[in-house]
Amino acid sequence: MKVDLSAVASVAPFLLSGLLFTIQITVVGVAGGIVFGSLLAVARLSPNRLLSAFATAYINLMRSIPLIMVIFWVFFLVPWAIGWLVNHGRPVAVGASLTIYATFVLFEAAYYAEIVRAGFRSISTGQYAACEALGLSRFHAYVYILFPQAIRNVLPILLTQTIILFQDTSLVYVISATDLLGAATKIAQRDGSLVEMYLTVGVVYFLFCYAASQLVKWLQGRLAYGAR
Amino acid sequence: MISISHVSKSYGSFQVLKDCNAEVARGEVVVICGPSGSGKSTLIKTVNGLESIDAGEIKVGDFLLAPRVTHMAALRRSVGMVFQSFELFPHLSVLSNVTIAQTKVLKRPKAVAEEKARALLARVGLSAHIAKYPAQLSGGQQQRVAIARALALDPEVMLFDEPTSALDPEMVNEVLDVMTSLAKQGMTMICVTHEMGFARNVANRVLFMDGGEIVETAGAAKFFNAPASERAKAFLARILKH
Amino acid sequence: MSLLFETTPDGVGRYIDWIWSGLAWTLSLASGAWIIALVVGTLVGVARTLPGGIWPRLGRVYVETFRNIPLLVQMFFWYFVLPEILPARLGLAIKQMDPPWSGFVPALVCLGLVTAARIAEQVRAGVQALPTGQRAAASALGFGRGGMYRLILLPQAFRIILPTLTNEFMTIFKNTSVALTIGLVELTATAREINENTFRTFEAYGVVTLVYLVIALLAWSLMYWIERSVQLPSLVSGSARK
Repeated sequence: MKVDLSAVASVAPFLLSGLLFTIQITVVGVAGGIVFGSLLAVARLSPNRLLSAFATAYINLMRSIPLIMVIFWVFFLVPWAIGWLVNHGRPVAVGASLTIYATFVLFEAAYYAEIVRAGFRSISTGQYAACEALGLSRFHAYVYILFPQAIRNVLPILLTQTIILFQDTSLVYVISATDLLGAATKIAQRDGSLVEMYLTVGVVYFLFCYAASQLVKWLQGRLAYGAR
Repeated sequence: MISISHVSKSYGSFQVLKDCNAEVARGEVVVICGPSGSGKSTLIKTVNGLESIDAGEIKVGDFLLAPRVTHMAALRRSVGMVFQSFELFPHLSVLSNVTIAQTKVLKRPKAVAEEKARALLARVGLSAHIAKYPAQLSGGQQQRVAIARALALDPEVMLFDEPTSALDPEMVNEVLDVMTSLAKQGMTMICVTHEMGFARNVANRVLFMDGGEIVETAGAAKFFNAPASERAKAFLARILKH
Repeated sequence: MSLLFETTPDGVGRYIDWIWSGLAWTLSLASGAWIIALVVGTLVGVARTLPGGIWPRLGRVYVETFRNIPLLVQMFFWYFVLPEILPARLGLAIKQMDPPWSGFVPALVCLGLVTAARIAEQVRAGVQALPTGQRAAASALGFGRGGMYRLILLPQAFRIILPTLTNEFMTIFKNTSVALTIGLVELTATAREINENTFRTFEAYGVVTLVYLVIALLAWSLMYWIERSVQLPSLVSGSARK
């Protein structure tokens, strides 16, 4: 078996467009996931029993089922949900990328929520008391005092989860989307270049993730308070 | 200025405060002392609502605090608090620690807040450190920042909850000096502390607590020279032995 | 749920039989891969804690490689690429395996080795979390390196990392669904097949989602029970019996 690298060069633009979509999913998933996840974390810690029970149930549900299952669910449910909202209950055809974005935000939020919650729990109760004693409203206390500390305390874990998210995006293969792996698969099937294509994407994923994990390691060493 | 009347509080079946009564006049400095577990920390925290009360009421100026009162923004503004473990915000610079409540709670313009913060930090002797982060300061310096932070809201009363207990011995005095000068300027203060020298020299009155009760209230000189209750005598004998 | 008891299009059974079969494949894959992961992961983790030489470096290469490439890509490597780059006869033998084994075997190896990299990191962290005195004490008692790890270090390290191992087991269980991409009809693929045969999407996915939830619940309870039963007084902070 000979590995033919020229096969890779000629399809590089197509692979690159796939990589771009992979990065887009990651960016949307991280941004949406952290925002929604933080809201879930605050809800889970809230004294309001109903709110906290809802957040807990949502987080545990998402963390108990495989991502592929969630991809299938959202792919099936989003047309119904949007139809119910805007089209008198008749399902609406929705682009694959929108459902994919929705999937990753909904799914990753559950994981980010648990990380952010661990961040809140790592803050001493005295900080909460200090916020109260200074008269800061709950909103101000969370935004300016508690959330920045929580995020900082768990930044390495957040980034590690983001590397996992980046790798997870490859699973959109199951609904035939054209991310990096999807693009490689389509070419591999057209040209019969399975070996070249899968080795190439393997190397690309590795380079991204390895670089990111080294960044995490460097951050961990730097993050202690006062070490600026 | 402050009146605490018939205040009680329990954690489950354990009663931490039993029918506590006390008055603090404007400009007065009151030290609360007593053995550990006597409820003094809990009592001081009820004054700004950090601990809720089960019965009785507390008046701070015009503000009435009773069981189930939850809107305490106005109270928090007029009562400053200093904690045993400083509780500075580690992700904010010294200057920001002192300005954040001014800009967010009192809605002061940033420039005004910073000017005020600089003046206060100069007053506690930390002008050289305003750009640093809390972790870069010694414990004594951190506690002085915490005092400046509380003063920034122009409180009418300052509460000190064992402000020197977490400090290395050589740093205790720099904090006590700041507290003493504050007292001389007429600030109304309630201090939970084991620093008997401070109590004797600076306090107007001493509240002695034991087992959740205020056992004895007396002028500082009288309390140390001729305590009335047996429990206070025993406490002083233990604490002043060395 | 009536769907479950309807006859499948091939006429030989009911849909619930499909679910049982999918569940059986999921569980066999998860437990088989878990055993591989524990054995390989422990070896690699120990290699990473050795005091120098080639082994720690090899261990690091292993971990970085398996951790930084998506599971699905690795799955394709074992399924599509490996038979092509092996000597022709061996490759052919692999390709001629019959389903479901043609999907099960690569998935088993892949999932086992990927999870091993994650377990290796935890084993390393667990061993490194032990006080250095433990190594010294073991050496002083005359243990060789093998005995030191087997009898002294690993038993403690595993107790420390047990909670995170629970997480890993849940992850491996959920990751079995990736095997559907190489043709193994495990639980998630079963849901998809039932849906394609009946178009009753809610019921098909609903039932399988419920199965995942039940298994997750059982796994958590089991691991909780194991954690409790191997706990040593005070090894992990907060575990001391009161």
